[in-house]
This record gives sequence, structure tokens and C-alpha cells, in this order.
Amino acid sequence: MTVLKDRPAVHTAAPLPVKQARPNPLPHIAMFCWAVVTALPLLWAVVSSFKSDNEILNEPWSPPSSLRFENWERAWTAASIGRYFLNSLIVVGGALLLTMLLGSLVAYALARYEFRGNRIIYYVFITAMFFPVFLALVPLFFVVQQLGLLGTYPGLILVYAAYAVPFTVFFLHSFFRTLPSEIAEAAFLDGCSHGAVFFRVMLPLARPGLFAVGIFNFLGLWNQYLLPLVLNPDPDRYVLAQGLAALSVSQGYRSDWSGLFAGLTIAMLPVLIAYVAFQRHIRAGMTAGAVK
Amino acid sequence: MRHGRWRFLLGALVPALVLHVVFVLSPYAQAFWLSLTDWTGVAGEARFVGVDNFVRLGGDSLFLDAVRNNLVILAVVPLVTIAIGLFLASMLRSSSARVGQGYRIVYFFPQLLSLVVIAVLWSFVYNPNTGLLNSGLRAVGLGGLAQSWLAEPAWALIAVMAVLVWSSVGFYVVLFSAAIEGIPVELFEAAKLDGAGRWATFWSVTLPLVRESVQVAFVYLGIAALDAFAVVQVMTVGPGGPDGATEVIGLSLYRTAFSYGKFGYASAMGVALFFATLTLAVLALRSGRKERLEMA
Repeated sequence: MTVLKDRPAVHTAAPLPVKQARPNPLPHIAMFCWAVVTALPLLWAVVSSFKSDNEILNEPWSPPSSLRFENWERAWTAASIGRYFLNSLIVVGGALLLTMLLGSLVAYALARYEFRGNRIIYYVFITAMFFPVFLALVPLFFVVQQLGLLGTYPGLILVYAAYAVPFTVFFLHSFFRTLPSEIAEAAFLDGCSHGAVFFRVMLPLARPGLFAVGIFNFLGLWNQYLLPLVLNPDPDRYVLAQGLAALSVSQGYRSDWSGLFAGLTIAMLPVLIAYVAFQRHIRAGMTAGAVK
Repeated sequence: MRHGRWRFLLGALVPALVLHVVFVLSPYAQAFWLSLTDWTGVAGEARFVGVDNFVRLGGDSLFLDAVRNNLVILAVVPLVTIAIGLFLASMLRSSSARVGQGYRIVYFFPQLLSLVVIAVLWSFVYNPNTGLLNSGLRAVGLGGLAQSWLAEPAWALIAVMAVLVWSSVGFYVVLFSAAIEGIPVELFEAAKLDGAGRWATFWSVTLPLVRESVQVAFVYLGIAALDAFAVVQVMTVGPGGPDGATEVIGLSLYRTAFSYGKFGYASAMGVALFFATLTLAVLALRSGRKERLEMA
């Protein structure tokens, strides 16, 4: 703390005429500019999703002459966004459940039970967080292929969960350590089994932590692109990110720009809704994960 | 009771461990072995070739382009993102709570979007004829600056990096402003009484006290800079850009493995990427430790 060392002793002197801070416009201009830079492309995509192709090509900055919801309909059905959406929902939903169940069990077992090899198992999980997924990509493809799981929902769910569990363990491990042990002890005295103590007592106590890491995992899994690109080659089972990437190529050839903008907007929408509903929790959860 | 304890522990740990070993640990371990072979995907036909793959990497001009581009991204994106993030976070401190909250909500949103969504969105923005950027430039009379941003070798990588910065600034604004809020208000007041201006306050109060967050940010952004796969793969022509202008290591690896079927060679790229990531993490941790000692 060298910051304050050579502070002159102002307090002893007569109160200085405190300079009345002129409202400086710079912070507001800067903050407003970045807000525009952030929001403009997003708003533009949403507005464009209601335009006709002709309007998109000739008047990129003007509003649509009428709200063409048929663009959305076309994207949802003809361009299969609806199917990709459903695929994402199934895969991410399944993977999220599995991740949370396995992750919280491992974190709890390692945080609250002393046994030989506890630290080793912990590090076996945690070390994997520091490896780039690209390194595993080639062998992973063949592992999944040999198990007959290539391009299947269960295959994607298992792989998604396997790669999401380490962070979940890491996050919840410290969380379970901070929980008081009195309630668990009382439950044991009442004759609860170990499993019952976990599911009925400790898991409800850990709800804030589960919520934070759950949101973090949901977003990570929903936005996953590399793993499905390699492990999910069947266009019928494309997840949303994959479908959108494929669409941006194929719709580009067909020049269906309005349909593509509509698809893009549909892809952003659930995230936006979740964000508006939980925005404080989301930002708190995600930044807490980073500084741990 | 003892019996129940072990049964619970086995039930809690074994399923996750099996999943971890099969889908995470064994692929990582196999990758190191495969990188020393010339495997092309036919079972049982991997021939041990020692470090040949790594020697070949050194003469593979497209791979070297990829390494160069990842290094450029590594040098530029974390620094620019952190600078903008810190700047906006310290601006937010002096704004009213409600306004600041509103800005934070807007800034953070891109962080939630898939990089694919972001890449598709920005390929529209960069579209040479109908894109937001060029038509905006023409509208304000700067049409001379309009480019085909993603097709010009000189601009393509810059365009990609701008997208990476755009998508991550908000997260770090929120991270840094949380750290800044943790600084006791008395320190800022003291600095003000000393007559310190905004810059002096920033350099001598804010920055030293959020140093740990900044270090975390460098590690995270550095790791992301060694990736950059999704944005490049979706957004740039080829993919990989004109003359490999936006080629990145991940893209080389993906193409070598899944388009050309050279799985041994691709694994060598993965191993190279792993050592790059490891070096980065070790460097960041060591510099962190040194600075913490100086602070003590």
C-alpha cells in the first residue's frame, strides 16, 4: 500500500475550497458510445429479420415497411431452426441434469468425507480444466465412434457432461466446504442415510451455488460448437449453433437474407429472455466463477 | 454406518469417474501417443514416427501462419479488451447507480451469445455491399473507407479481432467494476483531497487494487486468444481467410483431422497447442506470484 504514503496532511489545515467538480461529460459519452457499439448490431439484426430481402439489400439502415413475421415462420420451419432448437433443448437439458447430478455428488463427497485418495481424485478432475479441448478432439471422435454414439443424443449428452463436470466440481467443492455441518449431523442422528442427508439436507442448502453454476453450465452447453461439429455430423440432429452456421452458408447461396436474420434472432431470443429474467444472478454467477 | 458410508462414496464418485476417464482423460492421453504416429484412422495401422510430425509442423507454412495469427491475437485482444474494460468500469464508478446498472446490462449481453451467433451477426455487419458498417460509412460520407473487410488480407484479421474484443469487453467491465466496488470509498476520497485527477486516481488507486482481477482476465483472454476457432471458421472465407490471413491453430487441426484424415499429424498440432497454453498459464501464474511478493 504505497499509494497513500506521501499524502500531505490536509486535514490539519483549514478546509480547502473543495473544487466543485464540474460535471464531466466524458464518462457519459464514453459509456453511451460503447452501449451503442454493443447494441446496434444486435438491434439491427432484429429489425432486419422483419424486412424483405429487397429492403435488406437496398436500405440496410431503414426500418421495415411492414412487420414480416413470415420470415420467422420460414426460418423456423423451412430452414429447420425449429428442429435445431428442439435438438439443442434435448441435448443441453439432458447434459445439464447429468452434469449437475454428477458434479454435485463428486463435489460433496470430496468436500465432506475424509478418505485415502481424496486429493488425488480432486486433482484428477480439476487438472482437466487446464487442457485445451482441441488436444482431445481426435481421440475423442474415435472413442465416441467405437461406442456407437456418434451423432446420437446420448453421445452428445455424455460428452457435454464429461467436459462440464470438472468446473462444476471445482465450483461446488468450495461451496460445500463452507456449509455448516450441524444440520447434517442432526440428520445422521435422526437415522438418515448418507444419500438422504445429501439429497434432503445438503443439496437444498447449496441451492445458491447450484443456481450459479447451473446458469454458467447452461450457457456454456447451449453455446457449445466445437464438440457437436465433430461428434454430431447428422444434419437432422444439428444443435442450434451448428444449424445456424450451416444455414449462414446455405441461405447465403439462396440469398434468403431475411430468413437468415430471422433465424439469428430466434437463436438469440431464449438467451435474451433468460437474461432479462435473471440478469443480476447471471452476471454475479458468471463473474464469481471467474475469480475463484 | 461404515458400510453405508463406503457405498455412498462409491455411488457418488464412480459414475463421474468413469465418464471422466472414458471421455476426457483417455482422449488426452491418447493424443500424446497419436502425435508420435502417422495414423490415418485405420484401426491398428498407426506407425510410430517419433518426432517427425513436429519437425514437419516447423516447415508447414499454413500452420506457421496459424501460429503467427494466434500470436497476433494473443498480443492484441487481451490488451485492448482489458484496456476498454478497465476504462469503462472506472467510468461506471462515477455514474449514478441506476444508470450504471443499465449500462452493465447492455454491455454484458454479448457474453451470453454463442460465438457462432456472434460470428454470423458480424459477417452481416462486415458484408461489403449491404453490411451495417459499409453502409454506415457511406451514409456519413466516409464511403472511401468502405472495404470488403473479411476478404482483404490486410483487414481480415483485424476484423476478426474486433469481433473478439466486442464480444468479451462486457464481461470484463462487470468483473472489474465488481473489483472496483470492493475498494474502500475513503481511498478515492483521499485521492481527491490530494488533488489527484482522474488519471492519477486511476493509476495509483484503482489499478493497483484491481491487479488480481486484471491478471485473471489476462489468463482467460489469453486462453481464448489461442482458440478463436468458432469466429474464424464461421466468419471468414475459406475458412481461414484470404491467403491464410485468419488461419488459427484450431482450424488447422480441425481441417487436418476431419477433412484430410491425417489424425497423427493433427494430434501433433494439438500437443503444440497444449504446450502453448501451458506456457501461458505458467507465465501468468509466475508473474502473479512475483507481484504479490512486491506488494507484501
